[in-house]
Amino acid sequence: MQAEPAALALATGDVFFGYGFGSCEPAEGEVVFNTSMTGYQEITTDASYRGQIVTLTYPLINNYGVNADDVESRRPWIAGLVVRELAPTSSNWRAAGGLGAFLDEHGIAGIMGVDTRALVRVIRRTGPAPSRLVRAPRDVARGATTFHWLRGAHPGAAAWAESEVERAQDLPPYDDQPFVSEVTVPEPFTTTSAPWAPWPEPRRRDREPRIALLDIGVKTNIVRSLARRGARVHVLPYGSTPSDIDALQPDGVVVGNGPGDPVQADRAVETVRAMIGRYPLMGICLGHQVLGLAIGATTSRLPFGHRGANHPVQDLTDGRVHITSQNHGFQVDADSIPADSGFSVSHVNLNDGSVEGLSHERLPVFSIQYHPEASPGPQDNQYLFDRFLDAIEGVGGRAA
Amino acid sequence: MADLDSVLVIGSGPIVIGQAAEFDYAGTQACKALREEGVRSILVNSNPATIMTDEGIADRVYIEPITREVLARVIEQERPQGLLASMGGQTGLNMAVELGEAGILDASGVRVLGTPLEGIQDAEDRERFRALMERIGEPVPESRTVTSLPEAWDFARSCGFPLVVRPAYTLGGTGGGFARHEDEFEAVVNGGLQASPIGQVLVERSLAGWKEIEYEVMRDGADNCITVCNMENFDPMGVHTGDSIVFAPSQTLSDKEYQMLRSAALRIIRALRVEGGCNVQFALDPKSFNYAVIEVNPRVSRSSALASKATGYPIARIAAKIALGRRLDELPNPITQRTCAAFEPALDYVVTKIPRWPFDKFEHADRRLGTQMKATGEVMAIERTIEACLNKAVRGLEIGGRTLLWEDPAWADDDEAVWWRIDHAHDERLWAIMAALRRGAEPAEIARRSRIDIFFVDKMAAIHAMERRLLNELLTADLLWDAKRMGFSDEMIAALADELPQRVRERRESYGITPVYKMVDTCAAEFDAVTPYYWSTYEHENEAQPEADSPAVVIGSGPIRIGQGIEFDYCSVHAAWALQAAGRASVMINSNPETVSTDFDSSTRLYFEALDVESVADVLANEGRRNGMPPAIAQFGGQTAINLAEPLYTLGHEIAGGGPGSIDEAEDRAKFDRFLERLGLLRPPGATVTRMQDAVTVAEQLGYPVLVRPSYVLGGRAMEIVDDRQELERYIHEVTQPSPERPVLVDKYLEGRELEVDAICDGTHTLIPGIMEHIERAGVHSGDSFAVYPPVTASEATQAAILEATQRICAGLGARGLVNVQYVEYDGDVYVLEVNPRSSRTVPFLSKATGIPMVRLAMQTLFGASLAELGWAPGLAPVPPLVAVKAPVFSMAKLSGVDTYLGPEMKSTGEVMGVDRAFPPALLKAMIAAGNALPPEGDVLLSIADRDKPGAVDIIRRLDQLGYGLVATEGTARFIRDLGLRARTVAKMRAGTPNVEQFIRSGSSVLVVNTLTGRRQALQDGHYMRRAAAETRTPCLTTLETVRSLLDALGSTRGAYDVRTIDEYRGAAPIPA
Repeated sequence: MQAEPAALALATGDVFFGYGFGSCEPAEGEVVFNTSMTGYQEITTDASYRGQIVTLTYPLINNYGVNADDVESRRPWIAGLVVRELAPTSSNWRAAGGLGAFLDEHGIAGIMGVDTRALVRVIRRTGPAPSRLVRAPRDVARGATTFHWLRGAHPGAAAWAESEVERAQDLPPYDDQPFVSEVTVPEPFTTTSAPWAPWPEPRRRDREPRIALLDIGVKTNIVRSLARRGARVHVLPYGSTPSDIDALQPDGVVVGNGPGDPVQADRAVETVRAMIGRYPLMGICLGHQVLGLAIGATTSRLPFGHRGANHPVQDLTDGRVHITSQNHGFQVDADSIPADSGFSVSHVNLNDGSVEGLSHERLPVFSIQYHPEASPGPQDNQYLFDRFLDAIEGVGGRAA
Repeated sequence: MADLDSVLVIGSGPIVIGQAAEFDYAGTQACKALREEGVRSILVNSNPATIMTDEGIADRVYIEPITREVLARVIEQERPQGLLASMGGQTGLNMAVELGEAGILDASGVRVLGTPLEGIQDAEDRERFRALMERIGEPVPESRTVTSLPEAWDFARSCGFPLVVRPAYTLGGTGGGFARHEDEFEAVVNGGLQASPIGQVLVERSLAGWKEIEYEVMRDGADNCITVCNMENFDPMGVHTGDSIVFAPSQTLSDKEYQMLRSAALRIIRALRVEGGCNVQFALDPKSFNYAVIEVNPRVSRSSALASKATGYPIARIAAKIALGRRLDELPNPITQRTCAAFEPALDYVVTKIPRWPFDKFEHADRRLGTQMKATGEVMAIERTIEACLNKAVRGLEIGGRTLLWEDPAWADDDEAVWWRIDHAHDERLWAIMAALRRGAEPAEIARRSRIDIFFVDKMAAIHAMERRLLNELLTADLLWDAKRMGFSDEMIAALADELPQRVRERRESYGITPVYKMVDTCAAEFDAVTPYYWSTYEHENEAQPEADSPAVVIGSGPIRIGQGIEFDYCSVHAAWALQAAGRASVMINSNPETVSTDFDSSTRLYFEALDVESVADVLANEGRRNGMPPAIAQFGGQTAINLAEPLYTLGHEIAGGGPGSIDEAEDRAKFDRFLERLGLLRPPGATVTRMQDAVTVAEQLGYPVLVRPSYVLGGRAMEIVDDRQELERYIHEVTQPSPERPVLVDKYLEGRELEVDAICDGTHTLIPGIMEHIERAGVHSGDSFAVYPPVTASEATQAAILEATQRICAGLGARGLVNVQYVEYDGDVYVLEVNPRSSRTVPFLSKATGIPMVRLAMQTLFGASLAELGWAPGLAPVPPLVAVKAPVFSMAKLSGVDTYLGPEMKSTGEVMGVDRAFPPALLKAMIAAGNALPPEGDVLLSIADRDKPGAVDIIRRLDQLGYGLVATEGTARFIRDLGLRARTVAKMRAGTPNVEQFIRSGSSVLVVNTLTGRRQALQDGHYMRRAAAETRTPCLTTLETVRSLLDALGSTRGAYDVRTIDEYRGAAPIPA
């Protein structure tokens, strides 16, 4: 199959030429990058990437194919994918297909052959820009050779790309979009299942703690990490009210990750605000930002986000450093945390000093900005789930 | 570090297979780190060809043998508070364990820094390691530690075959091996038991065919752990990782597998209480999540050097700081200088390592690869795709310009030969796979038979597909671009498209197809990095803007190989420093990940590139984009750099110190003869012949013995001394057929005293830092000879003649920079053997012995300074009050099939320096450091050729006087008895039991003295003897001069010697520049 010429046009005016894979439909979103060297299937299926075209900085993608297990939600959510090379064949005993076909099935476009490092350097300078990832129309692509096409030197390519840049500039701002309601589960469900994973089994809790999980884009491995520890997890859609949670009589509440500007998740903020002091609560990623907003702190955009599996975070309680998996474009502003809220910064990012965790001085309520469930990324922070379940057992469970 | 003001650092000693330049890199980084932390470093290393033994790196430099005795004396003299043992490879760890067990550390209050001794022992002792892994639930292959053959059989019967045998406490897996079935088992177990210093081996279920995955991990004293890098071997389990082609990061692991093994690696270093760097090797079932822990090295290693260069993360430097008690989060990431050392590098490229094997030198060696490492060095390439990276790495190997297109002509109609190399791990397997693909083999078939993952074979098939396009399609811009994106060199493209390489280059440049350079920044461009460490690719953005401060480009020396070792890396690094000292930007190009030269702070800017004409010319062009082409410096990178001088000059590049004219003058035989004649200097008579009959005529005119060699190879390769016509005809028949294209040089062989000088010339005047005298007679390659500075037996007159001749030669060449001249003194006359207008392998040795900054001076003269301006008078430099002996070190135990006799072809892999106030103790120390120490009593086995017997009388008598038992082969034994001494006889090969080989293998002799009869004929018989000695690590000397010197040293020193720093030996520093 001869790949079709395609381009990624950024609102900044930068254009990257390459070849299309996956869906032929144009992709629109803000372009971000992830520096993980493994885990592309988990990344594509992470709902936090809703509305984003993801650039993978590791150049060789699809080496090990895709399989039925390594999915983080019911479908891939990324708006589009940018890679240097999409391996034409994959090799791994679990591989059940290729990434290109997997994305195509879900109508997601990708582009390969891109100087992704150059693209990352643009994103680093300008921040995530609204972008369009599009196949070249037949009249533009006609007779294009790789050499001319990749350099944008093919006749008509530059003019066409310019029009795509203009269209990218007209895209609705990422921050204004209600992505959470698009990615949350339509109906509540309950699970206790956690398929086998190739790492040591954590301690199972005897009393089957009951967890209410407010889904604002949650990754499956958060659910699995709780279930693996013996929890019964009730997954509730976005918009669930405090009384919906109370009705479950949970031992604790978890608010997971999700896409978009946290201020868009205002209904989750309200719910969480009502939960504080009533249940042990753990916020993860967007859940952390939601908690921040709920306690009166503010959030803001990071210059270009943290997306990767190598971010060092220091736990301020014991000084230990943990390598964490991250995927977020917003942060809780450290100096905005109300002094009387009882909350303080518990974890900081060693690269830029940004807030990576909040905890309450008294209540069993804490949040972290990164991904203890990893997937992809280091498994080093799974202990946070144990800490949460310990906290639940510490207060004797159920509503206080 | 309040409680630490000085730390003892143990180096790794001479370069041997399995322990090479990576430890100079690690040790240098460690010493720099100590200095940064305000801690005084006390270094012991016997290897002079190292940057770490420069006084600018360590504070107190002991170039002394690395033995318990020496270290104990250094500890007594220096009173260090800490010991850093994890930088000196297996040697360093073994010494630390020995010092600890002997109670020396406790007695003198020396604390082992970093990983505690118990942790080291838990990792190194097979049984303890196994127990620890079982305790923490990490799977290890079924195995048993045994100390005898019956125990081994016992396990083999219960477990079944295939089995692998690993000796305890050896480096590079020395002495280990595979037993596929019962027949092979005994030999492998016995070899392993002998190789282990404690006579212990692990017999283990073989996991041949599983994926081999490595993790480089770090841990600090606060239990913070990170992984720096993981790597996936192209060759599945069964090939020593040092002999495997390796990719970083892993390629075929999903995140689940990657994290599963990463977590296991962290559990393991926590259990071992590692404080510093550690390497963990895993075997992974390609069909499940099953894995096994294969090996752990609780120290920096070859893999950690590779990981450092692959990621930019300086493992040794950070490990040294951790050993001092610093935490990862306190230390900055030196690459970004903004982020901290507690993070995991993200790569946005692929790295390929290919080992460099010495089989081009040792054609008779067993070339199959297994658990015993055979490579002397390695190359690394960085690129964006597997195809491009593999091509680039192969280009970096420098095996006679061999690219992936190469095929052995013998494969032309021998598919068996091709498949044999695929079925068995073999150094030519990569090329055999390409050959099989060209013959229509299916990738799946290749993957099935080699057990190499189909992922890699598919990539090679893609390379093959590109070959076909280049063969069949027009060479359009499009095709050129696609080929360059796959790493095809201009030369490969030219060969396939039937063009001239220069035309290919011109054409692609006319299309604007030139490489861009990307940075190694540890973070996939996430943060701004300050480190100027670049690699080329064919993409869009070029990050390497030319250096502003009048750059000059130092051409490095590529992979370590026999004949071109770490000495040239030493010189390259000093060349870069000299440029910086002169206020110029130094730009380094090299492909060797083990070395100091490819450390990102050894030069102003580093390009990690293959050292072929194309890559170097591309770098020069990139640096010359703005302010004109920078000069290239070709004097310091050994033959690699010299070979590039002429083609670069032809392409119009400036070579510092003038064009390659003087090189040509020295290397073109006819020109060289005329040149010496003009200067009135002698050289051994000889001629270049192009026909067999001329060779015979010339030889008869000269009189035997004669030295014969092909004119088109360098470095003593295929050079032989022949004694008669029959030998000469055999040589011509077996080695080379003279022809007008391939002439043969026939020279009179003068069996005299060999002397050597390294000189620095400013075009007119010449400074001679020193004259070195060889202990062995001419005929042994200078790299394999013991050399003494200053000369001990050469007469004043001879030395004066040499000084005079050297000055005339240098002035005659109008050379700038370094010139190496080799002489032979024969019958009172001095003959010129060789002139090399470049840095030689003795430059580091002589620099250390004299204290003269030879490379810096050479660089200054290259760029136009006169010696007078630099403050140096012409002629011989003042001689310090010391004697320094350079001794060669061999890796013969690791290369089965290779004969160890010394001749014109170089065989040593490294060198040591023994230095003292007088010759005997200096020599004694050189012998000890080289592993040739003689115990005070025991049997010496002698097998001496008839022609050498008269000269051996004094040696035999002295051995007897010193109380050694004499054991000899028949003729030699008779000769000894005729002298009125007692000698036991052992049978020659196939002439009874025990024969001489069995005698040596039984470990019954402390020294073997074996000289060659008739050069070649006796090689076969003596071969087994010498192999037996090599494999049992029995010192084996093949020249009487060496034996005589050893006895001199033993006799006059009675084993006593000084232990001092090198500058203490030198006394007052020489006249400063």
